[in-house]
Amino acid sequence: MPVYDVRGRRIGRVKDAALVPLVNSSRVDRYLVGGGDAWLTVRYDQIRSISLKGIFLIDEQLTPYHDDEYMLRLGRDLLDQQIIDVTGRKVVRVNDLTFELHHDGTRETLIVSDVDVGIRSILRRLFQGVLPPRWIRWLQQPIPPNSIRWEFCNVVEPDPLRRLRLNISYQKLEQMHPADLADIVEELAPAEREAIFETIDSEVAADALSEIDPKMQASILESLEPEKAADIVEEMAPDEAADALSELEDETSEDILDEMEAEPKTEVRELLEFEEDTAGGMMNTEYVSLSEDASVKDALQALESSEELLESLNTLFLVDAEGRLSTAVPLARLFIASSAARLKQMAADTLIQVTVDEQQDRVVELFDKYNLLTLPVVDADGKLAGVITADDVISVLRQK
Amino acid sequence: MPKLLGRYRYQLAVFFAVIGPGFITANVDNDAGGIYTYSAAGARYGYLPLWTLVPITLVLIITQEMCSRMGAVTGKGLSDLIREEFGLRITFLMMALLVIVNLTNVMAEFAGVASSLGLFHVSRYISVPLAAVGVWFLVVKGDYKSVEKVFLLGCALYVTYIISGFLVKPDWKEAAIYSVKPVLMLDPGYIYMLIGMVGTTIAPWMQFYLQSAIVEKGISVKEYAASRLEVIVGCITTDVVAFFIIVACAGAIYSLKPTDIQDASEAALGLRPFGQYAFLLFSAGLLNASLFAACILPLSTAYTVCEGLGFESGVNRNLREAPIFYFLYTLLIVVGAGVTLVPRFPLVQMILLSQVLNGMLLPFVLIPMVILINKHDLMGEWVNARWHNAVSWITVVIIIGMTLAYVGFALRGVH
Repeated sequence: MPVYDVRGRRIGRVKDAALVPLVNSSRVDRYLVGGGDAWLTVRYDQIRSISLKGIFLIDEQLTPYHDDEYMLRLGRDLLDQQIIDVTGRKVVRVNDLTFELHHDGTRETLIVSDVDVGIRSILRRLFQGVLPPRWIRWLQQPIPPNSIRWEFCNVVEPDPLRRLRLNISYQKLEQMHPADLADIVEELAPAEREAIFETIDSEVAADALSEIDPKMQASILESLEPEKAADIVEEMAPDEAADALSELEDETSEDILDEMEAEPKTEVRELLEFEEDTAGGMMNTEYVSLSEDASVKDALQALESSEELLESLNTLFLVDAEGRLSTAVPLARLFIASSAARLKQMAADTLIQVTVDEQQDRVVELFDKYNLLTLPVVDADGKLAGVITADDVISVLRQK
Repeated sequence: MPKLLGRYRYQLAVFFAVIGPGFITANVDNDAGGIYTYSAAGARYGYLPLWTLVPITLVLIITQEMCSRMGAVTGKGLSDLIREEFGLRITFLMMALLVIVNLTNVMAEFAGVASSLGLFHVSRYISVPLAAVGVWFLVVKGDYKSVEKVFLLGCALYVTYIISGFLVKPDWKEAAIYSVKPVLMLDPGYIYMLIGMVGTTIAPWMQFYLQSAIVEKGISVKEYAASRLEVIVGCITTDVVAFFIIVACAGAIYSLKPTDIQDASEAALGLRPFGQYAFLLFSAGLLNASLFAACILPLSTAYTVCEGLGFESGVNRNLREAPIFYFLYTLLIVVGAGVTLVPRFPLVQMILLSQVLNGMLLPFVLIPMVILINKHDLMGEWVNARWHNAVSWITVVIIIGMTLAYVGFALRGVH
């Protein structure tokens, strides 16, 4: 697009344009105009009008272009690159950009409105300047447009300093379901993955990381600073944390463990002791256990104090004075019992349990045979050591 | 007995633990195109073409090493990088060329299926459609990963060429001389065959495939040293097999009478020392190689194109999520298999042509590769060494030169 100065003389053509996201996230702030040897920078407030004929200026004071860290260049940094479509929950490649023209009395500005993906935008990029515009529109007509609102796009930038200057954050990603976020992250390059895990909230990161393939988990944790990795691992379920750490080299996993807080650290360390393909390696230590003579009221109190487990909890365990597992109580029975009733009387008919060194295949068999949701694991003395839940078994089966 | 079986299984497990993308790529490299091209070279020109194997191996190692390095450092596929650095138009042009050339390669694989089973009088109207449907379902719905191991074991059949290479009692002195003595003839047939030999060994699609495989395996820069060793060993293995195919065919066919191989029964003569088993061994090896590559090639092409142009891809997505991926994948198989069913379709000539097209496309893949791998902001300290670049550019110039020479001959009708 040609650029004309105040007196209508042609200065050059627009070679690229840039946003300055720190000032405004969607307004095209600079136009980079190439005429002779050097490029010139036109600021948005130096422009009178923008049309298909060209850009007309109201100001003559143009500065030569120099690469500026605060600029997100549309042609160089956005076109043909991968971005995250937050609403569509996937990684897409930018084929084209759509602008909106804004009037505000004295001047006209361009606002980035959509990012185009799909065949329609490919056709325009391919044939622009090769075929007459009318033909291109005719070719495009039968294809529905496929674009994403600019505000739902997330640019990925591995360099932390530049990320700050370009005002890129991944907060939008934190709203996604962790499994979707995990899918997105798996599609990105390692440096970009690291960038996302470095900046998002540790809790979200932990949930997403749990959903990622074990080998990739390891490479992500390895690439992070040990402190950040420890923050994330602390938020993971202990069994998943142990699985992830066991994939790492001993030295790296020690570094991460050193940075962790005392309580999750001991839990994870204990789990790390077990062989991966035994009940001990599969179990987690997130369960609720009560004494044998506890009442329904006690149970409700115990549940109140372990709120973070409620989402997936379905069984309570009763242990004797020495911590040995005696019975299991299905959670739903609590609803139809009076508050003074003893839990012991509501116990499931048979108690199915395994020891920590039971083979993984056997555990899977038990889940299948008895249609289990939860299976308690005991140590050599019969003390409750942890539980295996159905999702652990599903992961095992999926990996085969 | 169970104990023995257990031991055997253990050793298999060890074998499959060390093989990775580099080794698989190397074995797929000796596909139907490879077997026929080397056989044709040996049968027609004897030991003369042997000298090309050393430079070809060198270039193969360098290109494969560049791809795996780019994959490990950037974590992105080759077509991704081309798109990001060169823009949409160049990417599109390249993908279009790649699809056309790869389509001829897919045809070659199905032609390989047809000709290998043709030796046993199985009509290609039965073998090819069966193979096409089988491959489609195996990759999309089936468990390709475990079948891949069977294919890899099947590659052990190449050993028959090494044995045959000794049994035909070739003229080792001559073979040794021509292994190091370059012979250039301004003969269109000879140039055509040289381009084919380069194209079959250093196929453009392999560069895309290998890099994606490295990325998918999540090989990081730290683990890269092991992976490089594997790539180098794989390349050398490929060319050792190539050497023996040429020697076996030179000894068994050329020494009697220089022949232009027209069909599978002639090519199978390279295994003549195996007597009545020659046909069986040749056919089994060729069938295995063809099916192996027929599984990988259309899939890899569809992946590459969709990645580069930004379409959803992957067999773990369904048809509605990744329509273009499935369309392209299916199209390649249907057209590739369909063309070989045309009555009186010259199977062997088609196979050779596809490899020549590979060779002609190669420079256009090598040029962007060399440019990309020299970008400092992409590769950091892992940019190419100077001699790497030198070898790559010399290769580009030589192949373009040979292509131009051939086209020149063809235009002047010197045939």
